[in-house]
Amino acid sequence: MDLFEHQAKELFAEYGIPVPRGIVAHTVEEARAAAEQLTGRVVVKAQVKTGGRGKAGGVKVADDAADAEQKATQILGMDIKGHTVHKVLIEEASAIAEEYYFSFLLDRANRTFLAICSASGGMDIEEVAHTAPEKVAKVPVSPLDGVTRDKAREIAAAGGLPEKALDGAAEIIEKLWAVFVDEDASLVEVNPMILAADGQVKALDGKVTLDDNATFRQAEHEAYADKAAEDPLEAAAKAKDLNYVKLDGSVGIIGNGAGLVMSTLDVVAYAGEAFPGQPKPANFLDIGGGASAEVMAAGLEIILSDPSVKSIFVNVFGGITACDAVANGIVSAFQLLENRGETVSRPLVVRLDGNNAELGRKILADAALSGVELVDTMDDAAKRAAELAAVGA
Amino acid sequence: MAIWLNENSKIIVQGMTGGEGTKHTRRMLASGAKVVGGVNARKAGITHEGLPVFGTVAEAMEKTGADVSVVFVPPAATKAAVKEAIDAEIPLCVVITEGVPVHDTTEFWAYAVAKGNKTRIIGPNCPGIASPGASNAGIIPADITTAGRIGLVSKSGTLTYQLMYELRDFGFSTAVGIGGDPVIGTTHIDALQAFQDDPDTDAIVMIGEIGGDAEERAAAYIEQHVTKPVVAYVAGFTAPEGKTMGHAGAIVSGSAGTAQAKKEALEKVGVRVGKTPSETARLMREIMQNR
Repeated sequence: MDLFEHQAKELFAEYGIPVPRGIVAHTVEEARAAAEQLTGRVVVKAQVKTGGRGKAGGVKVADDAADAEQKATQILGMDIKGHTVHKVLIEEASAIAEEYYFSFLLDRANRTFLAICSASGGMDIEEVAHTAPEKVAKVPVSPLDGVTRDKAREIAAAGGLPEKALDGAAEIIEKLWAVFVDEDASLVEVNPMILAADGQVKALDGKVTLDDNATFRQAEHEAYADKAAEDPLEAAAKAKDLNYVKLDGSVGIIGNGAGLVMSTLDVVAYAGEAFPGQPKPANFLDIGGGASAEVMAAGLEIILSDPSVKSIFVNVFGGITACDAVANGIVSAFQLLENRGETVSRPLVVRLDGNNAELGRKILADAALSGVELVDTMDDAAKRAAELAAVGA
Repeated sequence: MAIWLNENSKIIVQGMTGGEGTKHTRRMLASGAKVVGGVNARKAGITHEGLPVFGTVAEAMEKTGADVSVVFVPPAATKAAVKEAIDAEIPLCVVITEGVPVHDTTEFWAYAVAKGNKTRIIGPNCPGIASPGASNAGIIPADITTAGRIGLVSKSGTLTYQLMYELRDFGFSTAVGIGGDPVIGTTHIDALQAFQDDPDTDAIVMIGEIGGDAEERAAAYIEQHVTKPVVAYVAGFTAPEGKTMGHAGAIVSGSAGTAQAKKEALEKVGVRVGKTPSETARLMREIMQNR
């Protein structure tokens, strides 16, 4: 889960990292009030979970409260790379002497953590990393050793930070490491980390990505969830503990196993190219290796509640749970839905393969569920589902 | 013969007394794998599924001669369980558990490296490893395929099963599910190297998915070191940017980690990449028929 800048900074502040004073505003009125409270020059910053806000015009300096109100009017509602701005951070303006870059992140390839530090921070860091990689220090950090104050100073020095900024930067870096570890983050980024005119080093921006696998020991992270931005179908699926991602096509997908479902999306999109309107997958939904009747019913319910779905493709490989059990699961799922007064109103293509495939297919054929078609192979089933979606569109 | 797991492998199960541990211990035993005991510090001394339960991995190894551990403990306990296996220097530790925080995995990996990598770790979040007809450590259904001369390495469980099933008439030396997490103990490259060196493997199926650059690095490795034919499949061409697709590691970040880039990297070094799992199976079938 990615945090908003203001959430990241609130977290930084908890760890004693210096950040500018700031207030979140959801309306222009709130923006004005916030600027009045902060007094003096302020910065109005769009709160969206994407980079490049500055270049998109989502960050503006305002001279006073009236100006802040005007700038907030421009920024609120703006679209930045597909993200609508619903709130702004009003922050006291900082007198910037120098801008640096700093981050801790997971280095997947080397299976370790990495500190990245550069004296050439700010909006063009990616350009710098590309054209002058020697200006960007990448220092591996072992989880066994962690980051002491000395190590933090070493990293800052490697990034080319000047002597006058080293103490302040080292203190922040050591504390950012605490954020990174204690909060189970996979990314903690500060760009820019600034040397202010008064000599203080501060985090002027903050980007934090938290590990969803760690929620069992990070209960308070739940509060960071951006309920407003959540797709309603994704929220409903999450409430049912389903692994679901909404996509923009018309073929509903249910499968078991993340890799198989990803593959199913690809095969459907590929098959869809041959049909009018080129039907695409409407969602990712992994019901897990077990593929039980309850989960199958819950999955069907979510997919049926998506009005853009014109056909449904159930793609199951029977391994640990053999195909006869999966077929019985589908039959029970229909029964469960019927008992709840719901009907499976769109055509459903089922492909069962693996252990006891013949038996599973027979169970489904005998049940003669309305609108259900059996197709033996994944490729042919994808074609049929795409065709049905094209007809239904 | 096979890689990393053979008919002589003696398996212990960490977390054997739990629900998943019990279920899969039964399945492994039924498939003919030599499961020799379990580990649970709080239940040491009892017998479960007809097998002795030991307090520690070290004790289990000493009493049974076990050389493989399969880990079914919950995510919160996984780091400690794997570190214990590393301390005991068991040669192979297969971590099935899904949902392990990446800080924990990165830490036990660093610990394994610091201890000289005496334990090969497979996973976490993986289906395990199976050498059909010889042994089975994990949750791969033993009855979907046969023993043969194809090697398989995959980030995905069900796609592994699909390919094992489609190519069951040729059969497999070993199939390794390396898992879909961002940090894993055994990589595509480790498996490619082992299959290249295995006299009983003739050709290799490699299954990848979006996220990271493991497939690109595997392609570079294949170009330099693998002379056996390799066919590949990559899942996730239609995955949207920034969304995690089921597996914690399956995410396209900006322009990095796309299926297209992986496919291109593999094709550039002469690996044939199937458009669908079934087409991938057909490509392998051609290779095995023309051998």
